[in-house]
Amino acid sequence: MAVILSMIGIMAFGLSTLNNRPNVTGETIQKIKKDSIASVRAFEQVYQVLMSPRCMNCHPSGDIPLQGDDSHLHEMHPKRGQDGKGVFAMKCANCHQPNNTPGLHTPPGNPDWHLPPADMKMVFQGKTAHELAKQLVNPKQNGNKSMKQLLEHADDGLVLSGWNSGEGRSQPPMSHAAFKKAWETWINTGAYAPKSK
Amino acid sequence: MINLNINQKSYEVDADPDMPLLWAIRDLVGLTGTKYGCGVAQCGACVVHLNGEAVRSCVTKVSRAEGKKIVTIEGLSKNNDHPLQLAWNEVNVPQCGYCHSGQLMSAAVLLRENPNPTDEDIDSAMSGNICRCGTYPRIRKAIHLAAELHKKEGGTK
Repeated sequence: MAVILSMIGIMAFGLSTLNNRPNVTGETIQKIKKDSIASVRAFEQVYQVLMSPRCMNCHPSGDIPLQGDDSHLHEMHPKRGQDGKGVFAMKCANCHQPNNTPGLHTPPGNPDWHLPPADMKMVFQGKTAHELAKQLVNPKQNGNKSMKQLLEHADDGLVLSGWNSGEGRSQPPMSHAAFKKAWETWINTGAYAPKSK
Repeated sequence: MINLNINQKSYEVDADPDMPLLWAIRDLVGLTGTKYGCGVAQCGACVVHLNGEAVRSCVTKVSRAEGKKIVTIEGLSKNNDHPLQLAWNEVNVPQCGYCHSGQLMSAAVLLRENPNPTDEDIDSAMSGNICRCGTYPRIRKAIHLAAELHKKEGGTK
């Protein structure tokens, strides 16, 4: 078998676990058909997107967001703050408007611009595919999301804004439709993680 | 016409909803204390308060400001006696002065949210306000002094 899977905690997200989760619908459960090879293959696509600057820049390992296609520290060094929306006179929405500001490299916009909060930083930067897959399915590390909510997160407004990032910024490496398909395939085939390297 | 509430006064302005708030404040309303620096939210010279937050008016559209409370440097206090203004004067902070209305408006949000800031708090709050004259040490000193003045006043401002 080309892909050797690690037997990690993610595999516990089979039907038995989902049946114990009150906010997962029967419809969601029916869709899950475990296929570790397809799941890992799909996550390889997902990982490419999540580690692209449009996603990773707001999931930094530190408390300062990243900026640009080279993911340098955000100029001015705005801080995460407790709620992920900045501190004092340096709150995200002070510069990031509800929509993109016109012009090259001007602040991209979204009504809900923020980093993950301080008590659950949901770091992408520096994570291997194995580590990130494990993190994404763990409600204690993914923003308390159930598998159903995780599925829906592909259509979150701030996630979508990665494909509308303003002038001068690269797009994620595939379309949102392709990403969503890979995301759903990964989860609906068991949300397996690639092998730890 | 768009209605803007600036410094507790209502203004009807004939502006495109996409016009930067800075343009409306300076060119249509005539309050020129707020400065144009970079035009792309990089320098902080244009900071005003929008419902109490230190927004950069050069990239904030008037449509976002409609129905909200806008405070400019002219409205920070009635008699130029906000503790920050008194401290700025006492420490003689400005050199050329161009950036300081933005500096004061940012510092005012800091003091409101943290009446006794540390040096680190000040740096975190003020890192988006650039001063080409390099008055940063005096800005920090004046914010500490303003915090003291504010405390002596019993925190009424």
